[in-house]
Amino acid sequence: MSVTRDDVKKVARLSRIAVDDSRLDDLAGELSGILNWIEQLNEVDIDGVEPMTSVVAARLPMRDDEVTDGDKVDDVLANAPKSEDGFFVVPRSVE
Amino acid sequence: MTELTQLTLAAALDGLEKKSFSSRELTEAFIGLIESANPQLNAYVVQTPEKALEMAEASDTRRAKGAAGKLDGAPLGIKDLYCTKGVRTTACSSILGAFTPTYESTVTQNLWNQGAVMLGKLNMDEFAMGSSNETSAFGSVANPWRRNDGANATLTPGGSSGGSASAVAADLCLGATASDTGGSIRQPAAFTGTVGIKPTYGRASRYGMVAFASSLDQAGPIAKSVEDAAILLEVMCSHDEKDSTSLPVETPDWRTDVSKPISGMKIGIPKEYRIDGMPEEIEALWSQGVEWLKAEGAEIVDVSLPHTKYALPAYYIVAPAEASSNLARYDGMRYGARVNGDDLTATYQGTRGEGFGAEVQRRLMIGTYVLSSGYYDAYYLRAQKVRTKILQDFQNVFTEVDALLTPATPSAAFAYGERSDDPVAMYLNDVFTVTANLAGLPGISVPAALDGQGLPLGLQVIGKALDEAACFKVGAAIERAAGFSARPDKWW
Repeated sequence: MSVTRDDVKKVARLSRIAVDDSRLDDLAGELSGILNWIEQLNEVDIDGVEPMTSVVAARLPMRDDEVTDGDKVDDVLANAPKSEDGFFVVPRSVE
Repeated sequence: MTELTQLTLAAALDGLEKKSFSSRELTEAFIGLIESANPQLNAYVVQTPEKALEMAEASDTRRAKGAAGKLDGAPLGIKDLYCTKGVRTTACSSILGAFTPTYESTVTQNLWNQGAVMLGKLNMDEFAMGSSNETSAFGSVANPWRRNDGANATLTPGGSSGGSASAVAADLCLGATASDTGGSIRQPAAFTGTVGIKPTYGRASRYGMVAFASSLDQAGPIAKSVEDAAILLEVMCSHDEKDSTSLPVETPDWRTDVSKPISGMKIGIPKEYRIDGMPEEIEALWSQGVEWLKAEGAEIVDVSLPHTKYALPAYYIVAPAEASSNLARYDGMRYGARVNGDDLTATYQGTRGEGFGAEVQRRLMIGTYVLSSGYYDAYYLRAQKVRTKILQDFQNVFTEVDALLTPATPSAAFAYGERSDDPVAMYLNDVFTVTANLAGLPGISVPAALDGQGLPLGLQVIGKALDEAACFKVGAAIERAAGFSARPDKWW
Protein backbone atom coordinates (compact mmCIF):
# COMPACT_ATOMS: atom_id res chain seq x y z
CA MET A 1 0.00 0.00 0.00
CA SER A 2 1.64 3.20 -1.12
CA VAL A 3 0.36 6.51 0.19
CA THR A 4 0.64 9.40 -2.28
CA ARG A 5 1.07 13.12 -1.68
CA ASP A 6 -2.61 13.56 -2.56
CA ASP A 7 -3.61 10.91 -0.03
CA VAL A 8 -1.66 12.77 2.66
CA LYS A 9 -3.32 16.05 1.69
CA LYS A 10 -6.74 14.41 1.89
CA VAL A 11 -6.15 12.73 5.23
CA ALA A 12 -4.58 15.90 6.68
CA ARG A 13 -7.68 17.83 5.64
CA LEU A 14 -9.97 15.20 7.18
CA SER A 15 -7.87 15.38 10.37
CA ARG A 16 -8.03 19.21 10.32
CA ILE A 17 -4.26 19.46 10.52
CA ALA A 18 -2.46 22.10 8.47
CA VAL A 19 0.43 20.36 6.71
CA ASP A 20 2.94 22.37 4.73
CA ASP A 21 3.54 21.10 1.19
CA SER A 22 7.22 20.65 2.01
CA ARG A 23 6.28 17.85 4.46
CA LEU A 24 4.04 15.87 2.12
CA ASP A 25 6.73 13.58 0.68
CA ASP A 26 8.18 12.68 4.09
CA LEU A 27 4.72 12.02 5.51
CA ALA A 28 3.74 9.92 2.49
CA GLY A 29 6.84 7.78 3.08
CA GLU A 30 6.21 7.42 6.83
CA LEU A 31 2.53 6.59 6.45
CA SER A 32 3.31 4.08 3.69
CA GLY A 33 5.89 2.43 5.94
CA ILE A 34 3.42 2.08 8.80
CA LEU A 35 0.56 0.87 6.59
CA ASN A 36 2.78 -1.66 4.80
CA TRP A 37 3.83 -3.06 8.15
CA ILE A 38 0.18 -3.26 9.21
CA GLU A 39 -0.67 -5.25 6.06
CA GLN A 40 0.61 -8.43 7.75
CA LEU A 41 -2.80 -8.61 9.45
CA ASN A 42 -4.09 -9.92 6.12
CA GLU A 43 -2.40 -13.25 6.97
CA VAL A 44 -4.82 -13.88 9.85
CA ASP A 45 -7.87 -16.04 9.18
CA ILE A 46 -10.72 -13.98 10.59
CA ASP A 47 -13.60 -15.91 9.03
CA GLY A 48 -16.50 -16.04 11.47
CA VAL A 49 -14.65 -14.03 14.13
CA GLU A 50 -16.62 -11.33 15.92
CA PRO A 51 -14.85 -7.98 16.25
CA MET A 52 -13.84 -7.10 19.81
CA THR A 53 -15.96 -4.08 20.59
CA SER A 54 -15.62 -4.04 24.35
CA VAL A 55 -12.78 -5.01 26.68
CA VAL A 56 -15.14 -5.30 29.61
CA ALA A 57 -17.69 -8.06 29.28
CA ALA A 58 -20.15 -6.36 31.62
CA ARG A 59 -23.12 -4.41 30.24
CA LEU A 60 -22.83 -0.67 30.31
CA PRO A 61 -24.46 0.72 33.43
CA MET A 62 -27.65 2.80 33.22
CA ARG A 63 -28.62 5.66 35.49
CA ASP A 64 -31.70 7.78 35.95
CA ASP A 65 -31.97 10.63 33.47
CA GLU A 66 -31.53 13.38 36.03
CA VAL A 67 -29.42 16.51 36.20
CA THR A 68 -26.57 15.75 38.61
CA ASP A 69 -24.19 18.58 37.84
CA GLY A 70 -24.28 22.14 36.57
CA ASP A 71 -24.23 25.86 37.43
CA LYS A 72 -20.51 25.99 36.73
CA VAL A 73 -20.27 28.66 34.06
CA ASP A 74 -17.04 30.06 35.44
CA ASP A 75 -15.45 26.61 35.64
CA VAL A 76 -16.52 25.77 32.11
CA LEU A 77 -15.13 29.02 30.71
CA ALA A 78 -12.03 29.10 32.89
CA ASN A 79 -9.73 27.83 30.13
CA ALA A 80 -11.45 29.39 27.12
CA PRO A 81 -9.11 31.12 24.65
CA LYS A 82 -11.78 33.82 24.37
CA SER A 83 -15.06 34.33 26.27
CA GLU A 84 -17.57 37.09 26.88
CA ASP A 85 -20.71 37.44 29.01
CA GLY A 86 -20.74 33.77 29.94
CA PHE A 87 -20.21 32.51 26.38
CA PHE A 88 -17.34 31.08 24.37
CA VAL A 89 -16.30 33.47 21.61
CA VAL A 90 -15.50 31.56 18.41
CA PRO A 91 -14.74 32.56 14.82
CA ARG A 92 -17.69 33.25 12.54
CA SER A 93 -18.93 29.91 11.16
CA VAL A 94 -21.97 31.05 9.13
CA GLU A 95 -21.62 33.75 6.50
CA MET B 1 18.27 14.55 54.69
CA THR B 2 18.90 12.89 51.32
CA GLU B 3 18.70 9.44 52.89
CA LEU B 4 14.98 9.96 53.54
CA THR B 5 14.38 10.19 49.82
CA GLN B 6 15.96 6.77 49.27
CA LEU B 7 13.35 4.99 51.39
CA THR B 8 10.77 2.77 49.80
CA LEU B 9 7.18 3.93 50.14
CA ALA B 10 6.54 1.10 52.63
CA ALA B 11 9.54 2.13 54.76
CA ALA B 12 8.63 5.82 54.59
CA LEU B 13 5.03 5.11 55.70
CA ASP B 14 6.45 3.03 58.53
CA GLY B 15 8.79 5.89 59.55
CA LEU B 16 5.93 8.38 59.48
CA GLU B 17 3.78 6.06 61.59
CA LYS B 18 6.59 5.67 64.15
CA LYS B 19 7.14 9.44 64.13
CA SER B 20 10.79 8.93 63.13
CA PHE B 21 10.27 11.93 60.86
CA SER B 22 7.39 14.15 59.82
CA SER B 23 5.79 14.44 56.41
CA ARG B 24 7.07 18.01 56.33
CA GLU B 25 10.68 16.82 56.78
CA LEU B 26 10.21 14.11 54.17
CA THR B 27 8.57 16.51 51.72
CA GLU B 28 11.28 19.14 52.20
CA ALA B 29 13.93 16.54 51.42
CA PHE B 30 12.22 15.72 48.12
CA ILE B 31 11.69 19.38 47.22
CA GLY B 32 15.40 20.07 47.76
CA LEU B 33 16.44 17.11 45.67
CA ILE B 34 14.04 17.96 42.82
CA GLU B 35 15.39 21.50 42.75
CA SER B 36 18.95 20.31 42.24
CA ALA B 37 18.24 17.28 40.01
CA ASN B 38 15.47 18.44 37.71
CA PRO B 39 17.56 20.74 35.50
CA GLN B 40 19.56 17.64 34.49
CA LEU B 41 16.79 15.02 34.41
CA ASN B 42 13.75 17.11 33.31
CA ALA B 43 11.42 14.63 35.02
CA TYR B 44 9.04 17.28 36.40
CA VAL B 45 7.29 19.73 34.07
CA VAL B 46 5.46 21.45 36.94
CA GLN B 47 6.77 21.63 40.50
CA THR B 48 4.32 22.37 43.31
CA PRO B 49 6.51 22.85 46.42
CA GLU B 50 4.11 25.19 48.23
CA LYS B 51 1.16 22.90 47.69
CA ALA B 52 3.30 19.96 48.76
CA LEU B 53 4.31 21.60 52.05
CA GLU B 54 0.70 22.59 52.73
CA MET B 55 -0.43 18.99 52.13
CA ALA B 56 2.45 17.67 54.26
CA GLU B 57 1.55 19.89 57.21
CA ALA B 58 -2.09 18.89 56.97
CA SER B 59 -0.93 15.27 56.95
CA ASP B 60 1.21 15.74 60.06
CA THR B 61 -1.82 17.24 61.82
CA ARG B 62 -4.01 14.30 60.78
CA ARG B 63 -1.42 11.79 61.93
CA ALA B 64 -1.06 13.54 65.30
CA LYS B 65 -4.82 13.08 65.71
CA GLY B 66 -4.56 9.40 64.81
CA ALA B 67 -6.56 9.88 61.62
CA ALA B 68 -3.93 8.96 59.04
CA GLY B 69 -4.89 7.44 55.68
CA LYS B 70 -3.14 4.65 53.81
CA LEU B 71 -0.68 7.00 52.10
CA ASP B 72 -0.67 9.79 54.64
CA GLY B 73 2.27 12.13 54.23
CA ALA B 74 3.83 10.24 51.31
CA PRO B 75 5.18 12.60 48.59
CA LEU B 76 4.29 11.37 45.09
CA GLY B 77 4.77 12.56 41.53
CA ILE B 78 1.81 12.71 39.14
CA LYS B 79 2.05 12.04 35.43
CA ASP B 80 0.95 15.13 33.50
CA LEU B 81 -1.89 13.08 32.01
CA TYR B 82 -3.97 13.29 35.21
CA CYS B 83 -6.14 16.36 35.66
CA THR B 84 -5.19 18.08 38.90
CA LYS B 85 -7.45 20.88 40.06
CA GLY B 86 -5.71 24.24 39.88
CA VAL B 87 -2.42 22.76 38.62
CA ARG B 88 -1.51 22.98 34.92
CA THR B 89 -2.22 19.75 33.04
CA THR B 90 -1.29 19.49 29.37
CA ALA B 91 -0.33 15.84 28.70
CA CYS B 92 2.90 17.57 27.59
CA SER B 93 1.24 18.94 24.45
CA SER B 94 1.44 22.54 23.22
CA ILE B 95 -2.16 22.34 22.09
CA LEU B 96 -3.38 22.45 25.70
CA GLY B 97 -1.50 25.72 26.29
CA ALA B 98 -1.69 26.49 30.00
CA PHE B 99 -4.81 24.36 30.59
CA THR B 100 -5.57 24.34 34.30
CA PRO B 101 -8.30 21.87 35.25
CA THR B 102 -11.19 22.95 37.43
CA TYR B 103 -11.69 19.36 38.54
CA GLU B 104 -9.61 16.42 39.81
CA SER B 105 -9.14 13.00 38.22
CA THR B 106 -10.61 10.13 40.22
CA VAL B 107 -7.25 8.36 40.54
CA THR B 108 -5.47 11.39 42.00
CA GLN B 109 -8.47 12.21 44.21
CA ASN B 110 -8.19 8.66 45.60
CA LEU B 111 -4.53 9.37 46.46
CA TRP B 112 -5.31 12.68 48.18
CA ASN B 113 -8.20 11.06 50.07
CA GLN B 114 -5.61 8.74 51.62
CA GLY B 115 -3.33 11.64 52.54
CA ALA B 116 -0.72 11.56 49.77
CA VAL B 117 1.31 14.70 49.04
CA MET B 118 1.75 16.05 45.49
CA LEU B 119 5.27 17.13 44.49
CA GLY B 120 4.37 18.10 40.92
CA LYS B 121 3.52 16.93 37.42
CA LEU B 122 5.75 14.51 35.56
CA ASN B 123 7.01 14.66 32.00
CA MET B 124 5.67 12.23 29.38
CA ASP B 125 5.43 11.72 25.64
CA GLU B 126 2.85 14.06 24.13
CA PHE B 127 -0.60 12.56 24.78
CA ALA B 128 1.25 9.38 25.87
CA MET B 129 2.21 8.67 22.25
CA GLY B 130 5.79 7.52 22.32
CA SER B 131 8.27 5.05 23.79
CA SER B 132 11.16 7.39 24.57
CA ASN B 133 9.75 10.65 25.97
CA GLU B 134 11.11 12.44 22.90
CA THR B 135 7.69 13.66 21.81
CA SER B 136 7.06 15.80 24.93
CA ALA B 137 6.49 19.50 24.27
CA PHE B 138 8.69 20.15 27.32
CA GLY B 139 11.74 18.28 26.05
CA SER B 140 12.94 14.77 26.69
CA VAL B 141 13.71 13.18 30.08
CA ALA B 142 17.10 11.78 31.00
CA ASN B 143 17.34 8.24 32.35
CA PRO B 144 19.37 8.31 35.59
CA TRP B 145 21.10 5.14 34.30
CA ARG B 146 24.05 5.37 31.92
CA ARG B 147 26.03 2.74 30.08
CA ASN B 148 29.30 1.70 31.73
CA ASP B 149 31.31 2.46 28.58
CA GLY B 150 32.39 5.87 29.83
CA ALA B 151 30.78 7.68 26.89
CA ASN B 152 28.04 9.14 29.11
CA ALA B 153 25.44 9.13 26.34
CA THR B 154 22.06 10.33 27.59
CA LEU B 155 19.66 7.41 27.55
CA THR B 156 15.89 7.50 27.32
CA PRO B 157 13.92 6.43 30.41
CA GLY B 158 11.39 4.98 27.97
CA GLY B 159 7.88 6.23 27.46
CA SER B 160 5.35 7.38 27.60
CA SER B 161 5.68 7.52 31.42
CA GLY B 162 9.35 8.55 31.19
CA GLY B 163 9.12 11.33 33.77
CA SER B 164 7.46 8.96 36.25
CA ALA B 165 10.14 6.29 35.76
CA SER B 166 13.07 8.71 35.90
CA ALA B 167 11.68 10.44 39.02
CA VAL B 168 11.23 7.15 40.88
CA ALA B 169 14.66 5.82 39.83
CA ALA B 170 16.38 9.07 40.89
CA ASP B 171 14.52 9.28 44.25
CA LEU B 172 12.61 12.41 43.23
CA CYS B 173 9.41 10.95 44.74
CA LEU B 174 8.41 7.86 46.73
CA GLY B 175 6.30 6.61 43.83
CA ALA B 176 4.48 8.00 40.82
CA THR B 177 1.29 7.64 38.87
CA ALA B 178 1.70 6.54 35.28
CA SER B 179 -0.58 5.22 32.53
CA ASP B 180 -0.31 2.39 30.03
CA THR B 181 -1.95 2.15 26.59
CA GLY B 182 0.56 -0.17 24.90
CA GLY B 183 3.33 -0.50 27.49
CA SER B 184 3.78 3.04 28.79
CA ILE B 185 4.11 1.92 32.43
CA ARG B 186 5.99 -1.36 31.99
CA GLN B 187 8.58 -0.35 29.37
CA PRO B 188 9.83 2.75 31.26
CA ALA B 189 9.87 0.73 34.50
CA ALA B 190 12.05 -1.90 32.78
CA PHE B 191 14.39 0.80 31.41
CA THR B 192 14.93 2.40 34.83
CA GLY B 193 15.13 -0.54 37.25
CA THR B 194 11.74 0.25 38.78
CA VAL B 195 8.50 -1.69 39.18
CA GLY B 196 5.43 -0.84 37.09
CA ILE B 197 2.00 -2.48 36.92
CA LYS B 198 -0.91 -1.99 34.56
CA PRO B 199 -4.04 -3.43 36.17
CA THR B 200 -6.97 -5.11 34.44
CA TYR B 201 -8.87 -2.74 32.13
CA GLY B 202 -11.64 -1.16 34.21
CA ARG B 203 -9.91 -1.49 37.62
CA ALA B 204 -8.99 2.18 37.73
CA SER B 205 -11.23 5.02 36.67
CA ARG B 206 -10.25 6.92 33.52
CA TYR B 207 -12.22 9.99 34.68
CA GLY B 208 -9.95 13.02 34.46
CA MET B 209 -7.18 11.18 32.61
CA VAL B 210 -6.40 12.82 29.28
CA ALA B 211 -7.68 10.24 26.79
CA PHE B 212 -5.46 8.59 24.17
CA ALA B 213 -7.10 5.27 23.19
CA SER B 214 -10.05 4.67 25.46
CA SER B 215 -10.35 0.89 25.09
CA LEU B 216 -6.65 0.47 25.99
CA ASP B 217 -5.77 3.27 28.45
CA GLN B 218 -5.33 2.21 32.05
CA ALA B 219 -3.84 3.90 35.12
CA GLY B 220 -1.15 2.32 37.27
CA PRO B 221 1.88 3.17 39.40
CA ILE B 222 5.65 3.14 38.92
CA ALA B 223 7.31 2.32 42.24
CA LYS B 224 10.54 1.28 43.94
CA SER B 225 9.40 -2.23 44.89
CA VAL B 226 6.62 -4.72 44.21
CA GLU B 227 5.19 -4.00 47.66
CA ASP B 228 5.17 -0.24 46.96
CA ALA B 229 3.40 -0.88 43.65
CA ALA B 230 0.76 -2.93 45.49
CA ILE B 231 0.22 -0.18 48.09
CA LEU B 232 -0.20 2.49 45.40
CA LEU B 233 -2.35 0.48 43.01
CA GLU B 234 -4.74 -0.47 45.78
CA VAL B 235 -5.45 3.21 46.50
CA MET B 236 -5.57 4.25 42.82
CA CYS B 237 -8.21 1.67 41.86
CA SER B 238 -11.90 2.11 42.62
CA HIS B 239 -15.31 1.73 41.05
CA ASP B 240 -16.36 5.10 39.66
CA GLU B 241 -19.73 6.08 38.23
CA LYS B 242 -18.01 8.81 36.23
CA ASP B 243 -16.35 6.15 34.01
CA SER B 244 -18.86 3.80 32.38
CA THR B 245 -16.14 1.17 31.82
CA SER B 246 -15.09 1.19 35.47
CA LEU B 247 -15.73 -2.28 36.89
CA PRO B 248 -18.13 -2.61 39.83
CA VAL B 249 -15.72 -4.79 41.82
CA GLU B 250 -13.99 -4.54 45.18
CA THR B 251 -10.29 -3.69 45.19
CA PRO B 252 -8.45 -6.49 47.02
CA ASP B 253 -5.74 -6.06 49.65
CA TRP B 254 -2.82 -6.62 47.26
CA ARG B 255 -0.12 -5.74 49.76
CA THR B 256 -0.61 -9.06 51.53
CA ASP B 257 -0.18 -10.95 48.24
CA VAL B 258 3.42 -9.77 48.01
CA SER B 259 4.56 -12.19 50.73
CA LYS B 260 2.45 -15.17 49.64
CA PRO B 261 4.21 -18.30 48.31
CA ILE B 262 3.96 -19.27 44.65
CA SER B 263 4.46 -23.00 45.16
CA GLY B 264 2.01 -24.97 43.07
CA MET B 265 1.29 -22.06 40.74
CA LYS B 266 1.46 -22.88 37.04
CA ILE B 267 3.48 -20.36 35.06
CA GLY B 268 3.24 -20.34 31.27
CA ILE B 269 6.19 -19.54 29.01
CA PRO B 270 4.81 -18.36 25.65
CA LYS B 271 7.13 -19.49 22.87
CA GLU B 272 6.10 -16.66 20.54
CA TYR B 273 7.82 -14.14 22.83
CA ARG B 274 11.18 -15.51 21.68
CA ILE B 275 11.63 -13.08 18.81
CA ASP B 276 14.29 -12.63 16.14
CA GLY B 277 17.05 -10.25 17.05
CA MET B 278 16.38 -10.35 20.79
CA PRO B 279 19.65 -9.81 22.70
CA GLU B 280 21.07 -12.99 24.24
CA GLU B 281 21.14 -11.31 27.63
CA ILE B 282 17.36 -10.94 27.59
CA GLU B 283 16.94 -14.55 26.51
CA ALA B 284 19.28 -15.60 29.36
CA LEU B 285 17.41 -13.47 31.90
CA TRP B 286 14.12 -15.04 30.84
CA SER B 287 15.62 -18.53 31.37
CA GLN B 288 16.98 -17.37 34.72
CA GLY B 289 13.47 -16.19 35.64
CA VAL B 290 12.14 -19.65 34.85
CA GLU B 291 14.75 -21.20 37.18
CA TRP B 292 13.91 -18.73 39.96
CA LEU B 293 10.21 -19.56 39.79
CA LYS B 294 10.92 -23.29 39.69
CA ALA B 295 13.08 -22.94 42.78
CA GLU B 296 10.15 -21.22 44.52
CA GLY B 297 7.99 -24.23 43.75
CA ALA B 298 6.12 -23.06 40.65
CA GLU B 299 5.37 -25.44 37.82
CA ILE B 300 6.61 -24.21 34.43
CA VAL B 301 4.44 -24.94 31.40
CA ASP B 302 5.36 -24.20 27.76
CA VAL B 303 2.42 -22.51 26.08
CA SER B 304 1.59 -20.93 22.73
CA LEU B 305 -0.08 -17.60 21.96
CA PRO B 306 -0.11 -17.97 18.17
CA HIS B 307 -1.36 -14.48 17.30
CA THR B 308 1.27 -12.60 19.30
CA LYS B 309 3.06 -11.22 16.23
CA TYR B 310 -0.15 -9.55 15.06
CA ALA B 311 -0.71 -7.66 18.30
CA LEU B 312 1.47 -4.67 17.49
CA PRO B 313 0.12 -4.05 13.97
CA ALA B 314 -3.46 -4.45 15.30
CA TYR B 315 -2.61 -1.96 18.04
CA TYR B 316 -1.36 0.54 15.45
CA ILE B 317 -4.79 0.51 13.86
CA VAL B 318 -6.96 0.46 16.98
CA ALA B 319 -5.00 3.02 19.04
CA PRO B 320 -4.61 5.69 16.32
CA ALA B 321 -8.27 5.19 15.31
CA GLU B 322 -9.45 5.82 18.87
CA ALA B 323 -6.97 8.69 19.22
CA SER B 324 -8.21 10.39 16.04
CA SER B 325 -11.68 10.37 17.56
CA ASN B 326 -10.61 11.36 21.10
CA LEU B 327 -8.32 14.15 19.99
CA ALA B 328 -10.97 15.71 17.74
CA ARG B 329 -11.88 17.74 20.83
CA TYR B 330 -8.72 19.83 20.52
CA ASP B 331 -10.08 22.48 18.21
CA GLY B 332 -8.95 25.63 20.02
CA MET B 333 -12.52 26.69 20.80
CA ARG B 334 -13.18 25.85 24.44
CA TYR B 335 -9.69 25.47 25.92
CA GLY B 336 -6.07 25.31 24.91
CA ALA B 337 -4.11 27.42 22.48
CA ARG B 338 -6.02 28.81 19.46
CA VAL B 339 -4.23 29.78 16.26
CA ASN B 340 -6.49 32.12 14.28
CA GLY B 341 -6.89 31.59 10.53
CA ASP B 342 -8.93 33.25 7.78
CA ASP B 343 -12.00 31.15 8.48
CA LEU B 344 -13.17 28.49 10.94
CA THR B 345 -11.59 25.57 9.07
CA ALA B 346 -8.29 27.43 8.77
CA THR B 347 -8.44 28.15 12.50
CA TYR B 348 -8.97 24.45 13.26
CA GLN B 349 -6.18 23.42 10.91
CA GLY B 350 -3.77 26.05 12.17
CA THR B 351 -4.51 25.24 15.81
CA ARG B 352 -3.96 21.51 15.26
CA GLY B 353 -1.07 22.01 12.84
CA GLU B 354 0.88 24.07 15.36
CA GLY B 355 -0.41 22.55 18.59
CA PHE B 356 0.23 18.85 17.90
CA GLY B 357 3.75 17.50 17.54
CA ALA B 358 4.93 15.35 14.63
CA GLU B 359 4.27 11.91 16.21
CA VAL B 360 0.76 12.87 17.33
CA GLN B 361 -0.02 14.24 13.86
CA ARG B 362 1.28 11.03 12.29
CA ARG B 363 -0.95 8.88 14.48
CA LEU B 364 -4.01 11.08 13.99
CA MET B 365 -3.55 10.81 10.24
CA ILE B 366 -3.14 7.02 10.43
CA GLY B 367 -6.28 6.85 12.59
CA THR B 368 -8.24 9.05 10.22
CA TYR B 369 -7.01 7.01 7.26
CA VAL B 370 -8.00 3.60 8.66
CA LEU B 371 -11.44 4.90 9.65
CA SER B 372 -12.06 6.71 6.38
CA SER B 373 -14.72 5.66 3.93
CA GLY B 374 -13.70 2.60 1.92
CA TYR B 375 -10.93 1.55 4.31
CA TYR B 376 -12.86 0.87 7.53
CA ASP B 377 -13.49 -2.85 6.87
CA ALA B 378 -10.00 -3.53 5.54
CA TYR B 379 -8.25 -1.95 8.49
CA TYR B 380 -10.29 -1.15 11.58
CA LEU B 381 -12.80 -4.00 11.46
CA ARG B 382 -10.06 -6.51 10.62
CA ALA B 383 -7.92 -5.24 13.51
CA GLN B 384 -10.84 -5.60 15.94
CA LYS B 385 -11.30 -9.21 14.77
CA VAL B 386 -7.59 -9.92 15.20
CA ARG B 387 -7.95 -8.45 18.67
CA THR B 388 -10.61 -11.07 19.41
CA LYS B 389 -8.14 -13.78 18.27
CA ILE B 390 -5.47 -12.38 20.61
CA LEU B 391 -7.91 -12.40 23.52
CA GLN B 392 -8.90 -15.99 22.68
CA ASP B 393 -5.21 -17.01 22.71
CA PHE B 394 -4.97 -15.76 26.28
CA GLN B 395 -8.26 -17.33 27.32
CA ASN B 396 -7.02 -20.67 26.00
CA VAL B 397 -3.70 -20.64 27.87
CA PHE B 398 -5.31 -19.38 31.07
CA THR B 399 -7.31 -22.61 31.28
CA GLU B 400 -3.90 -24.29 31.79
CA VAL B 401 -1.76 -21.76 33.68
CA ASP B 402 -2.16 -19.11 36.39
CA ALA B 403 0.17 -16.49 34.91
CA LEU B 404 2.68 -15.93 32.12
CA LEU B 405 6.35 -14.99 32.38
CA THR B 406 7.91 -12.96 29.53
CA PRO B 407 10.66 -10.40 29.05
CA ALA B 408 9.38 -6.85 29.61
CA THR B 409 11.16 -5.24 26.65
CA PRO B 410 13.18 -6.45 23.64
CA SER B 411 16.18 -4.29 24.65
CA ALA B 412 17.65 -2.19 27.45
CA ALA B 413 17.32 1.61 27.41
CA PHE B 414 18.69 3.18 24.24
CA ALA B 415 20.31 6.53 23.63
CA TYR B 416 18.44 9.51 22.23
CA GLY B 417 18.45 9.59 18.48
CA GLU B 418 19.18 5.86 18.11
CA ARG B 419 15.62 4.88 17.16
CA SER B 420 13.71 8.01 16.27
CA ASP B 421 14.22 7.95 12.47
CA ASP B 422 11.94 4.98 11.85
CA PRO B 423 8.50 5.05 13.50
CA VAL B 424 8.03 1.28 13.15
CA ALA B 425 11.38 0.52 14.85
CA MET B 426 10.25 2.70 17.76
CA TYR B 427 6.87 0.93 17.94
CA LEU B 428 8.64 -2.45 18.40
CA ASN B 429 9.57 -1.39 21.95
CA ASP B 430 6.08 -2.44 23.01
CA VAL B 431 6.13 -5.89 21.37
CA PHE B 432 5.92 -7.75 24.73
CA THR B 433 3.61 -5.35 26.55
CA VAL B 434 0.94 -4.43 24.01
CA THR B 435 -0.79 -7.83 24.08
CA ALA B 436 -1.98 -7.24 27.65
CA ASN B 437 -3.56 -3.93 26.63
CA LEU B 438 -5.39 -5.45 23.68
CA ALA B 439 -6.77 -8.23 25.91
CA GLY B 440 -7.36 -5.96 28.94
CA LEU B 441 -5.13 -8.08 31.20
CA PRO B 442 -2.92 -7.05 34.14
CA GLY B 443 0.84 -7.01 33.63
CA ILE B 444 3.73 -6.14 35.93
CA SER B 445 7.34 -5.33 35.05
CA VAL B 446 9.96 -6.15 37.69
CA PRO B 447 13.69 -5.30 37.47
CA ALA B 448 15.68 -8.53 37.46
CA ALA B 449 19.27 -7.95 36.30
CA LEU B 450 21.81 -5.59 34.75
CA ASP B 451 23.04 -6.22 31.23
CA GLY B 452 26.68 -6.13 30.13
CA GLN B 453 26.47 -2.36 29.74
CA GLY B 454 25.28 -1.97 33.31
CA LEU B 455 21.66 -1.20 32.38
CA PRO B 456 18.59 -2.69 34.06
CA LEU B 457 16.45 -5.34 32.37
CA GLY B 458 12.96 -6.37 33.45
CA LEU B 459 10.75 -9.43 33.42
CA GLN B 460 7.00 -9.22 32.91
CA VAL B 461 4.26 -11.27 34.55
CA ILE B 462 0.86 -11.23 32.83
CA GLY B 463 -2.13 -12.40 34.86
CA LYS B 464 -5.73 -13.38 34.18
CA ALA B 465 -8.34 -10.62 34.13
CA LEU B 466 -8.80 -9.29 37.69
CA ASP B 467 -5.96 -11.47 38.97
CA GLU B 468 -3.43 -8.73 39.77
CA ALA B 469 -2.77 -10.86 42.87
CA ALA B 470 -0.91 -13.38 40.67
CA CYS B 471 1.18 -10.57 39.19
CA PHE B 472 2.11 -9.34 42.66
CA LYS B 473 2.86 -12.84 44.01
CA VAL B 474 5.02 -13.90 41.06
CA GLY B 475 6.53 -10.42 40.69
CA ALA B 476 7.57 -10.46 44.35
CA ALA B 477 9.06 -13.94 43.92
CA ILE B 478 11.21 -12.60 41.05
CA GLU B 479 12.16 -9.58 43.15
CA ARG B 480 13.26 -11.81 46.05
CA ALA B 481 15.19 -14.20 43.84
CA ALA B 482 16.86 -11.48 41.77
CA GLY B 483 17.80 -9.43 44.80
CA PHE B 484 18.06 -6.48 42.43
CA SER B 485 19.65 -3.70 44.48
CA ALA B 486 21.71 -1.87 41.84
CA ARG B 487 21.29 1.87 41.69
CA PRO B 488 22.43 4.36 39.06
CA ASP B 489 25.64 6.28 39.87
CA LYS B 490 24.59 9.81 40.71
CA TRP B 491 25.76 12.19 37.94
CA TRP B 492 22.81 14.61 37.98
